[in-house]
Amino acid sequence: MITPVILLLATSAFVGAAAGFLGSFMVLKRMSLVGDALSHVALPGLAIAIALHQSPILGAFIALTLAVIGIWYFQETTALYTEALVGVFFTTALAIGVLITPQPDLLEALFGNIQNLGPYEGLIAVGISILIIVVTNLISKQLMLGIISEEMARSLQIRTKMVNFVYLLLVGIVVALGVKFVGTLLMGALVIIPAASAKNISRGIKSYYFWSAFFGILSAILGSLVSTSYHLSSGPLVVLASIVLFLLSYFVHLILGQ
Amino acid sequence: MSDFILHVSRLKVEFNKNLILDDISFDVQKGETLAIIGPNGAGKTVLFRTLLGLIPYSGEIKWGPLVKLGYVPQKLYVGSDLPLTTAEFFDLKNAHPHEIHRVLASVGFENSVDALLRLKLGTLSGGQLQRVLIAWALIGHPQVLLFDEPTTGVDIAAEESIYSLLHRLQDQENLTILLISHELQVVYRYATHVLCLNKEGLCFGPPDKALTPATLKQLFGQNSAIYHHQHAT
Repeated sequence: MITPVILLLATSAFVGAAAGFLGSFMVLKRMSLVGDALSHVALPGLAIAIALHQSPILGAFIALTLAVIGIWYFQETTALYTEALVGVFFTTALAIGVLITPQPDLLEALFGNIQNLGPYEGLIAVGISILIIVVTNLISKQLMLGIISEEMARSLQIRTKMVNFVYLLLVGIVVALGVKFVGTLLMGALVIIPAASAKNISRGIKSYYFWSAFFGILSAILGSLVSTSYHLSSGPLVVLASIVLFLLSYFVHLILGQ
Repeated sequence: MSDFILHVSRLKVEFNKNLILDDISFDVQKGETLAIIGPNGAGKTVLFRTLLGLIPYSGEIKWGPLVKLGYVPQKLYVGSDLPLTTAEFFDLKNAHPHEIHRVLASVGFENSVDALLRLKLGTLSGGQLQRVLIAWALIGHPQVLLFDEPTTGVDIAAEESIYSLLHRLQDQENLTILLISHELQVVYRYATHVLCLNKEGLCFGPPDKALTPATLKQLFGQNSAIYHHQHAT
């Protein structure tokens, strides 16, 4: 089924905006690697869903939710060095995922294929992306305060653990959405790189949020356009587009000296 | 008991089966300044985090009814590249502009509020940041200020040390203060009560009664003579 280009681009734009906005917190939390590793967990979920003839996005989402609960638990309840643990666990998930995903689906699962997006999938992705942006905006102050100082957040009665959990859950949802475009191997990049670019050129928090979302939109749209024009995997193109934007933002950073 | 602020009894905190705090009991009444002293690794910061509800514990922590807290961290672990201006930092607490001006003026920024608000938080000097953090804590009129190790060495505004600033604010804002310190002269000059901490509570009471030579030796070991000497001079 061929989706009109407009819907395809709109879907890319909304998922890109949601990923970029969420990523802005992940970069400041110094959790970039967690975002990347998290995206790998989608693969085994996706494979199991395909084997059971269920929706791959649903499978990815369930796997990601379980992973988010795991990360959150380790973050909040143990003094263990979570990043190393996350690295080990999620690479394992990726390895198992590659083995159990049926060969014909593997390339698409790893690197995304936006041309196979159906109109309903597209509309649902747009709706969920809007929801993610609204919820993220609602918790943005609590989240930012928790990043700056957990103690200061607690002194205002903010339930930091709950806020962190909601945040990670949103990241899980956006990764599940993005798997279709960008694939499980590279979705982490669409969360992290736009925010890293935005950090290069932002002085204040509002412009930082804006540029994170904007670079997310631009990366997703540019990548999707080139992908549909030349019939190439969308994932690598979206990520390359975001990297080009990152380099440009870095030059601006050097010139402005911020 | 309208003066009741905080009651802690038989407080115990464990991390991975290591006992960090053991059998801590103390009370804080309105208007008091409680200094928490102890050597490095004594669990002072853990005690603060526990009082804020960040760490699971056994025993009892009871805050007075409707007590509002302000917390002043020692420093922020944010880089100078954090894209957050001072104005946006106050916005995180939904502060009104005139209240921001009021609290910043009260920590000595009377003439430079607007310029300060435009600066990135990560580019403030140590002294500026400490005063901004105090001002931030004062937004919303808290009754209690928790202050993690105020540093004396930073460039606080003309001739006012961080402690005389706290003292003045305490009178102005009707505050109860809990502060962590490792400087004994600060405790003698500014605290009404002292809690000696080294995993367990070694003393509690007014400084001149609670800080006996024996307690100090138990608390700081060999160095206690030096600390005491500093106070005497």
